[in-house]
Amino acid sequence: MTSLLVIIVLVLLAVALWQLTKIFDLTQVGSSSDDSQVASDNDNNVQGYIMFGFLAFIYIFTIYGLLKWGNLALHTPASEHGLLVDSLMNITWVLIFTVQVITQGLLYWFSFKYKGNKDKKALFFADSNKLEAIWSIIPSVVLAVLILYGLYAWNNIMFVDKDEDVVEIELYAQQFKWTARYAGQDNVLGKANVRLIEGINTLGVDMSDPNAQDDIVVTELHIPKGKKVHFKMRSQDVLHSAYFPHFRAQMNCVPGMVTEFAFVPTYTTAEYRELPFMVQKVANINKLRNEKSAELVAKGGTALDPYTFDYLLLCNKICGASHYNMQMKVVVDSPEDYKKWLSEKTTLAQDIKAAAAAEKPAEGAEATTDTTAKVKDTVKAVIDTVKAAVAKVAVK
Amino acid sequence: MSAEAHGHDHGHDHEHEHHHKDTFITKYIFSIDHKMIAKQYLITGIIMGIIGIAMSLLFRMQLAWPEESFKIFNVLLGDKFAPDGVMANDIYLALVTIHGTIMVFFVLTAGLSGTFSNLLIPLQIGARDMASGFMNMISYWLFFLSAVVMLCSLFVEAGPASAGWTIYPPLSALPQAIPGSGTGMTLWLVSMAIFIASSLMGSLNYIVTVINLRTKGMSMTRLPLTIWTFFVTAIIGVISFPVLLSAALLLIFDRSFGTSFFLSDIYIAGEVLHYQGGSPVLFEHLFWFLGHPEVYIVILPAMGLVSEIMATNSRKPIFGYRAMIMSVLAIAFLSTIVWGHHMFLSGMNPFLGSVFTFTTLLIAIPSAVKAFNWITTLWKGNLQFNPAMLFSIGMVSTFITGGLTGIILGDSTLDINVHDTYFVIAHFHLVMGISALYGMFAGIYHWFPKMYGRMLNKNLGYIHFWITAVCAYGVFFPMHFIGLAGLPRRYYTNTNFPLFDDLQNVNVLITTFALVGGAFQLVFLYNFFSSIFYGKKAVQNPWKSTTLEWTTPVEHIHGNWPGEIPHVYRWPYDYSNPNHDVDFVPQNVPMKEGEEVLHH
Repeated sequence: MTSLLVIIVLVLLAVALWQLTKIFDLTQVGSSSDDSQVASDNDNNVQGYIMFGFLAFIYIFTIYGLLKWGNLALHTPASEHGLLVDSLMNITWVLIFTVQVITQGLLYWFSFKYKGNKDKKALFFADSNKLEAIWSIIPSVVLAVLILYGLYAWNNIMFVDKDEDVVEIELYAQQFKWTARYAGQDNVLGKANVRLIEGINTLGVDMSDPNAQDDIVVTELHIPKGKKVHFKMRSQDVLHSAYFPHFRAQMNCVPGMVTEFAFVPTYTTAEYRELPFMVQKVANINKLRNEKSAELVAKGGTALDPYTFDYLLLCNKICGASHYNMQMKVVVDSPEDYKKWLSEKTTLAQDIKAAAAAEKPAEGAEATTDTTAKVKDTVKAVIDTVKAAVAKVAVK
Repeated sequence: MSAEAHGHDHGHDHEHEHHHKDTFITKYIFSIDHKMIAKQYLITGIIMGIIGIAMSLLFRMQLAWPEESFKIFNVLLGDKFAPDGVMANDIYLALVTIHGTIMVFFVLTAGLSGTFSNLLIPLQIGARDMASGFMNMISYWLFFLSAVVMLCSLFVEAGPASAGWTIYPPLSALPQAIPGSGTGMTLWLVSMAIFIASSLMGSLNYIVTVINLRTKGMSMTRLPLTIWTFFVTAIIGVISFPVLLSAALLLIFDRSFGTSFFLSDIYIAGEVLHYQGGSPVLFEHLFWFLGHPEVYIVILPAMGLVSEIMATNSRKPIFGYRAMIMSVLAIAFLSTIVWGHHMFLSGMNPFLGSVFTFTTLLIAIPSAVKAFNWITTLWKGNLQFNPAMLFSIGMVSTFITGGLTGIILGDSTLDINVHDTYFVIAHFHLVMGISALYGMFAGIYHWFPKMYGRMLNKNLGYIHFWITAVCAYGVFFPMHFIGLAGLPRRYYTNTNFPLFDDLQNVNVLITTFALVGGAFQLVFLYNFFSSIFYGKKAVQNPWKSTTLEWTTPVEHIHGNWPGEIPHVYRWPYDYSNPNHDVDFVPQNVPMKEGEEVLHH
């Protein structure tokens, strides 16, 4: 319906403009001179005023945007380094707004002020070393400050101190879900490779590695407040990107290598929910959801659930058709709650044992899938040999 | 002296004879005349532009009204990809991918640089044609072929390439990962390989022509800034495009012959693939080694066109001619050593991130010089608001707005949280998309009389500009906010995240602006195509410009000038020179006795 309205408005606008240009063209009948399509003094005047109007549009639109949408932007960072990121961001914003307001102002103000007419002659002003030196040096100095601050922050964030007491967690990405593996008592993650994926060992953990014996695999990420969490990321198929917007953290997950990112959460989920800006944001979202629910119910659908805030881990690198729905809930617990939550989880080794025990009665069913898999393997082997042969020929 | 003149006459007679023998095919299809080839590039670019922009409108509608049924989706995308008029999630990614590919390569590289380099290089430096007219023709037809292959990929069974225009493997290498990575991706790669061959031939031709075929007196420091930017653009193209070609070839090897350049340790669709030892990060390096210079291949020609048009319509010399050249060279040099800022979070060593942050932010300096020089060019000018001038001013405006947010994205620390969000979309669409498009429109409005001997309707031009200007800001300004809210790009719908529910109204607003802005491009199309046939006849030099192309006759002839090629005696920006009564002195007017050069 909305789209229909938009289209109607468009058509009407187009018709109106069409008529307008016809009138313009008619007023120019008689002046058959060849420069009728070159800007006249009248055009310069009109366009000059519109230039000024457009400057007003940019300023007003900016102010409107800041007031109306400013509070949509991510607020209080939920991690230690996030404060550093945000303070650099704020400094940069002040600079950007200053430059934007001044340069756009000059650009359109000059356009308005120096709109041409036949009696005027422009000033021949070809160069000025002084001016050019000014606007080379000022940006250089300002940028030098930004670069230094930026590099300081970057080095602080990205280089993890090996001796530090950290919580080691593996983030495992696959189309289209996240899994997490905790290092367990020894705080060392067992080795893993996709070639070892089998049954419920979906992460390909090397169960012969002693470090792997106490590893815990979960689908909901819990991390303790106030402790540095060191994520090691893997992907089993395509590129993914682990994006924690509220923690100002992001890193790609690359098949074939382990990437890392570390941060210290500073608000538990419960605390973050209570922050005034978040209370307001959630209230606003729920208002919108209620409106939508009313619409849905009127159409015979089911109402939407009310929203409560949770930290999220999103995928932020195009990874396939369902990229838009690859997410994991992140919970920041107090250290005690975290310990309790983790202690209730079974290790991967226990899970595998339990699964093996449960599988025994259902062996018959397992066998059939085995044969299909075998057929697949044979076909694949044939294809591989052909491919290898082709490659050899290509090399030759 | 007489012998030389005789030689020229002879050459001209020969050209003249040749001209008479032109058949329809040699004149309009397999033409080796640079002016005709320019027009071929332009028309092809416009057609691709229509397709690219139409695609963006489709996926914008999906974003504003997610999973709603639109009859037009079903009509355009078919039952497979839009059953009952609801867009499917894989075709959404395909649309995004092909929109990016078409706009970046086919419209803003070939359509912009191909058109104006071909049209203006020989005309503005005083040459009869390109160094190799034949190679120029091949270059166009390869471009045409690559466009045809790319369009064919839209119709393959599993759909076109859908891994994003950056085609990062493994997604682009494995049909198991996304259907578009089958035949669609193969055609994409073939199309790009042909495109690169075309681009290289064009670039080599531009470089050789600028170096060797300048007319007498046309020293490098008397070249119009357009030629400088085309020249430098061609050099960047020759340096960086072959690297993309190698990346594409290696990807073809990985896809078809089982090599492991970019792939390793992959488990997909229930089986382990044989790939081992490759790295997707290597592909990212190779891709962005072209990919970043590519944005300058797109924007530099636009900067050149805008500089020229601003000087002409301000009736003033471009401010800081030499600084403009230096900044173009500086930007070109820096553009080849900043590619890593697309990869801060790719998993490469963070130390590299530091280096790339440093080089990236340095680009702000020559860019600032250019912006301030343009603004100063307007100061105390006698501004003639032809449509081309409006688009030039608009270009400076969007270049500044979009460029400033580059300070955030180029800073690795700040990139962590806005990387791959809508903030990036807002940034690059303003700074290179809209800006280059404005540059292209400015060029079309300004040189249309040179191309078709007729004028575009100025009132339609004014309407086109102002609506486009408002809509461009209307679309991309709000995107900064949803990006800062953490909304990732390339999401088919945001309905799975209640967290983003409050962004939906903004998305509707953006789409509305996009639809209006898109619809008003029809005004331009009407103006363009009707003016080719029915426009007012142009005079020889409608904008009272100083450069050599306006000394050629309105009717196109082979060899550009009927007699001898004009000699050049002065720089191209003698507007409002106090030594002269008229407000412009063309480059081929000799210096008056005792006239001093008034610029550096």
